[in-house]
Amino acid sequence: MRKPAARMWKGALWLFCALVALWLAAPSLIVIPLSLTDKPSFSFPPTGWSTRWYTNFFQDPSWVGALASSLQVGALVAVVATIAGTAAAAALTRSAFRGQQTVKAILLAPMIAPVIVVAVGLYALFLRTNLLGTTLGFVIAHSVLALPFVIIPVTASLNGFDRRLESAAAICGANRWTTFRQVTLPLVAPGVISGALFAFVTSFDEVVLSLFIQSPYLQTLPVKMYASVTRDTDPTIAAAATLILGLTTVLTLTTTFYIARRNRVR
Amino acid sequence: MSDSSISQGAAITLNKLTKRYGDATAVDAIDLNAEPGEFLTLLGPSGSGKTTTLNMIAGFVDVTEGEILVDGKPVYALPPHKRNMGMVFQHYALFPHMSVGDNVAYPLRQRRLPKSERGRLVADALNKVGLANLSHRMPRQLSGGQQQRVALARAIVYSPRVLLMDEPLGALDKKLRDSLQLEIKRIHAELGTTFVYVTHDQDEALVLSDRIAVFNQGKIEQVGSAQDLYERPSTIFVAQFVGESSLFHGLAVDHGAGKGVLSSDRTLHAHRGDARTGAPAALVVRPERIRVQSIDGTAPSGNAVRGRILQEIYLGNSRKLEVELGDGSKVLVRESAGDVTANRPGDLVWLTFRAEDAVVLTSNESPDRPQAADDHVPVFASH
Repeated sequence: MRKPAARMWKGALWLFCALVALWLAAPSLIVIPLSLTDKPSFSFPPTGWSTRWYTNFFQDPSWVGALASSLQVGALVAVVATIAGTAAAAALTRSAFRGQQTVKAILLAPMIAPVIVVAVGLYALFLRTNLLGTTLGFVIAHSVLALPFVIIPVTASLNGFDRRLESAAAICGANRWTTFRQVTLPLVAPGVISGALFAFVTSFDEVVLSLFIQSPYLQTLPVKMYASVTRDTDPTIAAAATLILGLTTVLTLTTTFYIARRNRVR
Repeated sequence: MSDSSISQGAAITLNKLTKRYGDATAVDAIDLNAEPGEFLTLLGPSGSGKTTTLNMIAGFVDVTEGEILVDGKPVYALPPHKRNMGMVFQHYALFPHMSVGDNVAYPLRQRRLPKSERGRLVADALNKVGLANLSHRMPRQLSGGQQQRVALARAIVYSPRVLLMDEPLGALDKKLRDSLQLEIKRIHAELGTTFVYVTHDQDEALVLSDRIAVFNQGKIEQVGSAQDLYERPSTIFVAQFVGESSLFHGLAVDHGAGKGVLSSDRTLHAHRGDARTGAPAALVVRPERIRVQSIDGTAPSGNAVRGRILQEIYLGNSRKLEVELGDGSKVLVRESAGDVTANRPGDLVWLTFRAEDAVVLTSNESPDRPQAADDHVPVFASH
């Protein structure tokens, strides 16, 4: 008697989950058909198919320039935030010092602080230091936002790391830096790699801060998209959105598979 | 087996070595030395300071006071990676991302040995621990016993003059422990390295060691060979921690050349002992040195105590009897399989033993029952 009922509930659960998944993913996925329309305006469902908006994207220097800026800033942020965040996570997990909790809270604050507040503050600061509209300015601003996303996974990896391995390396003759490079880092690599990915993605799709610190000479892709959507409703923006979606999806999947494989090898 | 890897072990000297954590003293001014090539075991219950001492020798724990000398030279300024010691950890501590071969080669890599030399030494070390053909495996593909052999190979591959072992067999089951003990003993004999071995397992200490230092509450109770500790324990703690002991409590009294212990109903004699006369003391006898005699016969001469057998424990090659004495304390008697008497649990019996098998030691704890009454004059049994 219970079995068919159980099966029915299981089916209902699946259906519910599928609906939630669709609800979450549909708004993102809708940009794909939008970008492939043959009309010069947003039309859904599309009435005809064309790749002209992709051609348009790649032939317009301002779009390609924005994409290039985003990739460049994203890559630099990934490097800066990963190095700083890994060092911070190591310090927070390895040592006990006065005010440790405060330091940790400050480092993680950008994750909860209202971005608009951070943006206004940075704008005032960058105005004085001439960093507005510079790559350096973007990298600094985005790294601040990305730092918590590195610190959290690296801290988790370091907490799961057996510190006796470091003692073993030391007694084998490895100094602290060699031990970190040859033993600690390879073993916490999954956390560091996720951190780097999160940092890149945080920078790549950041809008609010970027709107404040952009200049006509340096715009990241989301800024350019925002400017474009307020000026004209040209489906090129849907093509850009699809590119961002594709890039982040590919990055996330590769990293997930890489980490899963590493864990299997272990 | 390889001639080149035979190294002379180093001498280790600990002078008033002390480690304090805040107000707590983990290691309390210990003096200890290991001869070159010696197998020295630090034996004690958990929290007795043995592992802290080992970690100070390795350089993982800072010394509060005192010094550590290796071949007469202080090592306080050297970080662990410059002490050139080998160490085997309780939980193997193999690098999980490296193959067995790479794990064993790791110390050689740090010493920048050429690749060809490395290969030869790694093969040599794996041979010594009986894992010659597992070089390409990953650690997680090995059993616990195999992993510990790899850890041992990694610790001996660069022929360190000191090898430290921190309960290396603690995570393994009994059978495996026994066979690895014999291998460690063989490897020690082969290498000539000074071994400092930490364990809480007294059997292991007896099997392996040239000398044993018994730790208790941050201090060393006694240092000596297995035989010294078993046959001539110098404190009650040692008597109880190394092997089993039966204790008869009372007050120490002088008795001719030897010592005695007096309690309200009897005086027992021992040929040896260092307890101060009049102080609370215990007369210590190993259970296998005590004979059980039926109470019906004539009263025995010499050391004799009345008791009642509470229970018997059958052990195959022997049986153990737990006997309750008149003062309520309990002692153990061991009868080997060939000498089992007819006495059963519930029987009243005489326990007898020879004075030369007994030693009188100062007891820190007060005896289990009231001291001899004031009006009681020491009476020595006649011999």
